[in-house]
Parts: sequence; C-alpha cells; structure tokens
Amino acid sequence: MNPMQTLTQRLANPTRFMELSRAVLPWVAAGAALFIGYAMYLVFFVAPPDYQQGETVKIMYIHVPSAWLAMMGYAIVALSSFGLLVFRHPLADVSAKAAAPIGAAFTLAALITGSLWGKPMWGTYWVWDARLTSVLILFFLYLGLIALRSSLEDESLAGKLTAVLALVGVAILPIIKFSVDWWNTLHQPSTGFTSTVDPSMRTPLLISAVGFTLLFIALHLKGMQNEILRRRVKALRLAEVARGDRLASAGAE
Amino acid sequence: MNLGPHAAFIWASYGAFVVIIVLLIGWTLFDGRRQARALADADRRGLRRRSADTTHERDGK
Repeated sequence: MNPMQTLTQRLANPTRFMELSRAVLPWVAAGAALFIGYAMYLVFFVAPPDYQQGETVKIMYIHVPSAWLAMMGYAIVALSSFGLLVFRHPLADVSAKAAAPIGAAFTLAALITGSLWGKPMWGTYWVWDARLTSVLILFFLYLGLIALRSSLEDESLAGKLTAVLALVGVAILPIIKFSVDWWNTLHQPSTGFTSTVDPSMRTPLLISAVGFTLLFIALHLKGMQNEILRRRVKALRLAEVARGDRLASAGAE
Repeated sequence: MNLGPHAAFIWASYGAFVVIIVLLIGWTLFDGRRQARALADADRRGLRRRSADTTHERDGK
C-alpha cells in the first residue's frame, strides 16, 4: 500500500470500504445503544425539571440532537456531493445517497418534537418564523434530493444532478444556524452544548447527542453498504442482459 | 413517574421519535437483507463480478 495515500483514497475502493465498515459497524452500533440507553436513564430518572419549563424540558433531549443531526446529515450530503463533482470519488455518490433519507428522518423528528414542545411553551404548534420555516425548507430539500434521484433512470446523471442541487441547497445551513440571531423569532437561541445549559441537564443532553450521532453514523455505514450491494446486483443484471443480447445477435448471424 | 401537566406532549414527542427511529432502522436492515439476497441469487445463477472471480481464484475457491 502506498504510504502517501490518504484515508479517503484508501477507502475509495468499495470492496475495501465494505471490509472496513463491516468491522467497524457493530462497535458503532453498540456504542450508540449504550449512549442512548444511558442518556434515557439520565433523562427520565436523574435530570431535574427546568425551573421555567418543568418536565417539558425532557423534549429537549431528543429535539436538540435531532436538529443537530438534521444539519449534520445535510453537511454530509453536501460534502459528498462536492467529492463527487470535484474529485469523482467512487464512494461520494454512495455516501450522499445513503445520508439523505437518514437526514430527512432526523429533520422530521426535529420538526415534530419541536412542534410538540412549542404548544405547551409558546401556545402554538407552529409559527412561520425564520427558524421553523428554514428547517421545514431543509426537510423539503431532502425530499427534493430523494425525489430527483429516484426520478432519473441514468444513475450517473442522477448522482450529478442531485449533487448540484445539494450544493445549491447548502445555503440553508447558515440560515438555520443564524436565523435566531438575524430575525425576531419565538424560538430560543441555539442551545449551547458548553455554557448556556445547567450541567445537570447538559450532561444528559451531551450523552444523548453522542448516542444519536453514533446511531446516525451506524445507519449511514449500513446504508452505504446496502447501496454498494444494490449497484453490484444492478451491474451483474446489466451484464447478464448484455451477454444475452450478444448471444442472440450471434445466433441470428 | 409524574411528568406534570404537559405529560401528553412529552410522551407524544418520545412516541413519534421512537416510531421514526424504529422505522428508519427497520427499513435500513430490511434493505440490507434484500440486497444481500439479490446478490446471493445472482451468485447462484452463475453471475459473478470479475473482481469477485479473481478473489475466488486467489483464495483457491
């Protein structure tokens, strides 16, 4: 192995990626289960109620990680899209495709849990303010990426067009992040993992965030494995059809 | 466990979250099994990738 190869170059081989990810995946999944389990124990049996929100603050422990992973998921899609368009990395498109539904699921979770948190705290499930609306746009962007990809037969073209849309849409990330600073909104400022939350609530929040991030990584690895297998099956079937065509035309001659 | 006057909102949040996560995990695992079955089926029909052939030769299979 060339020692000058970067990690991404070494992982560019799908077979090598499959071997490595098969070895890593059980550990990541086990770590996710441990962290999430411990976080839920802390949330329901240790963490105190908030002095203003009471027990409703328990929604924070799933809402904040969901919102964070909704944005991280899109960052992965955008970075992978960049890798496909600029470096033509063989696994970049696989990564972008696998991350999109996971990011969409966490965005939906952030929207639903935020809405259910909003009703008792703000008196409404929904307001069309900057933070909520920009996250809803993120959700529609994910759906657009998934729909665009599945609407095109040509896999290579679908990958490139989806990558272009993903890179155009990346502007939504700073808008979501700074929407609470730039505009007046019902939504509270971003939940700081380091300073603004009391340690008795920050620790379960951090453990929950680590657990669900590990879950995201595990699902992303598994999704990439699935996509590599799907492409192998498709390539084999196409080769079989091409061989049949060649035999048929040779027989006709 | 007393979750106060807004318990319904807390349980609804966690319930919706669990449903989404379980569906996501289930769909990912189901898709993995489906692709593995399809690849095994192709292998049974004698379809094999060239790189897989060389691997088999290298391994003496």
